Amino acid sequence: MSDVQNSKNIMPIEFAQKTCQLIGHSILSFFQSIGALAMFIGKATAQCFMPTFYPKLILKQFIDIGYYSLPVVGMTALFTGMVLALQSYTGFTRFNAEGAIAGVVALSVTRELAPVLAGLMVAGRVGASIAAEIGTMRVTEQIDALVTLSVNPYKYLIAPRVIAGTLMLPILVLVGDIIGIYGGYIVSIYNLGFSSGTYINQTWDILERIDVLSGLIKAAMFGFIVSMMGCYHGFNSGRGAQGVGTATTYAVVSASILILISNYIMTQIFFS
Amino acid sequence: MSSTQQDIKIEMHDVKKAFGNKIVLDGVNLSVKKGESLVIIGGSGTGKSVTLKCVLGLMKADSGSIKIDGIETNKFDSAQRDEMMAKFGMLFQGGALFDSMKVWENVAFGLIQGQKMPRDEAREIAKEKLRQVGLAPQTGDLFPAELSGGMQKRVALARAIATNPEIIFFDEPTTGLDPIMADVINDLIKECVTDLGATALTITHDMSSARKIADQVAMIYEGKMIWDGPVGRLYDSGNSYVEQFIHGRADGPITKHANFRA
Repeated sequence: MSDVQNSKNIMPIEFAQKTCQLIGHSILSFFQSIGALAMFIGKATAQCFMPTFYPKLILKQFIDIGYYSLPVVGMTALFTGMVLALQSYTGFTRFNAEGAIAGVVALSVTRELAPVLAGLMVAGRVGASIAAEIGTMRVTEQIDALVTLSVNPYKYLIAPRVIAGTLMLPILVLVGDIIGIYGGYIVSIYNLGFSSGTYINQTWDILERIDVLSGLIKAAMFGFIVSMMGCYHGFNSGRGAQGVGTATTYAVVSASILILISNYIMTQIFFS
Repeated sequence: MSSTQQDIKIEMHDVKKAFGNKIVLDGVNLSVKKGESLVIIGGSGTGKSVTLKCVLGLMKADSGSIKIDGIETNKFDSAQRDEMMAKFGMLFQGGALFDSMKVWENVAFGLIQGQKMPRDEAREIAKEKLRQVGLAPQTGDLFPAELSGGMQKRVALARAIATNPEIIFFDEPTTGLDPIMADVINDLIKECVTDLGATALTITHDMSSARKIADQVAMIYEGKMIWDGPVGRLYDSGNSYVEQFIHGRADGPITKHANFRA
């Protein structure tokens, strides 16, 4: 009863004030989180270059992030290359342009599909596991324990993961490029009846250094994004199992979105 | 708690800390003499943990002064902070053992990573510290997840004292343990602190633990220290809040103030 009366008594000016307050609050908190993220990235990146390195931890991350992601990235690249050949064949036969298939597969895989799909797969596999691991360490006070034992958590936990992510993803993508193009080759030769020599020649002719190189630079950026997002959300994880779950979700979602956005920006820079 | 300046190891003056609109510490004053064991008692959510974290530097106080060995710590940069950390040992409530490492690596972590000691040497010290808390050397080769709660607490204690710290912090050391294991841990804490000649700051709401390990007791309530004195005077404090807390009564000024329906 009193609620109804109250809502009737709210003056338009009061309503406007509340609305402005709400808008202002959300804008402020948006910039606050951008600032916090920027500070975190700055601190973590600085620790990647400043001495006392932990070679053993970096090596472990190389294996975790790089080696163990090979099957996932390889499978993704293989089937992407295969389906690409199949799809472009059905399209290109309408224009008698079957000869362009090799080029389409090579360019799409090296420039876009291998880096982006590998980035997204690694975001799911590695980003989530980093966020969950570091988040659990935060929740169980293991990060505080590191600090009390005179070890900088940025250096000990985050730098090895960011270094490994940034260096390993280009290697993964290079492997993915080869497997992806090979996938297109398999379908074209054994399914669509192309001649092996022509297909390989067409692939070599059309590929330029920048196609592969741009893909690898993108990959390094995606690796940085994935590992950084995993670390950031894990490091700032909320309390309890729910906090870690949310951190993991945010890590994967934000990494995926940032990969797609930065992919567009980098493509614009490279090829315009 | 009046004493000469040199004797005072930890001194907090008018420390305030708020999270958003919620004021957690509202002007905390505290001083701990060298070699003394101070236990802070208080209910859940009264600011015990935050007090501890502010002294440790895991959280930054909004205002006020925190001095360790007479040196103001509130404006430290990270290098000075690291140096200060070498003086500290901390036993976390849940143990906070690194689950990816073996027990001995946990105990030796501060020595290997913090002090850059060779692994073999650190391992020997870790074994010795494990023995000191009543664990067999073979325990060192297990992982923390393979140990019971009480054993994990012991390992965490061994890790806290491994670097021979000058100040040791205990965050609810007996929570989650059975009464007998709690008493064992209390004895170990008392022993370790006496052996090292360390200053100890403990937060707890376990009264038997407080009675056993404290020289001095302080009670925190709504972000302020409302009583402090030697442990012997705890039961005739003349403070109705302390009375209610130490006897664990549902009726009293604390619950009346918080509008609990007892």
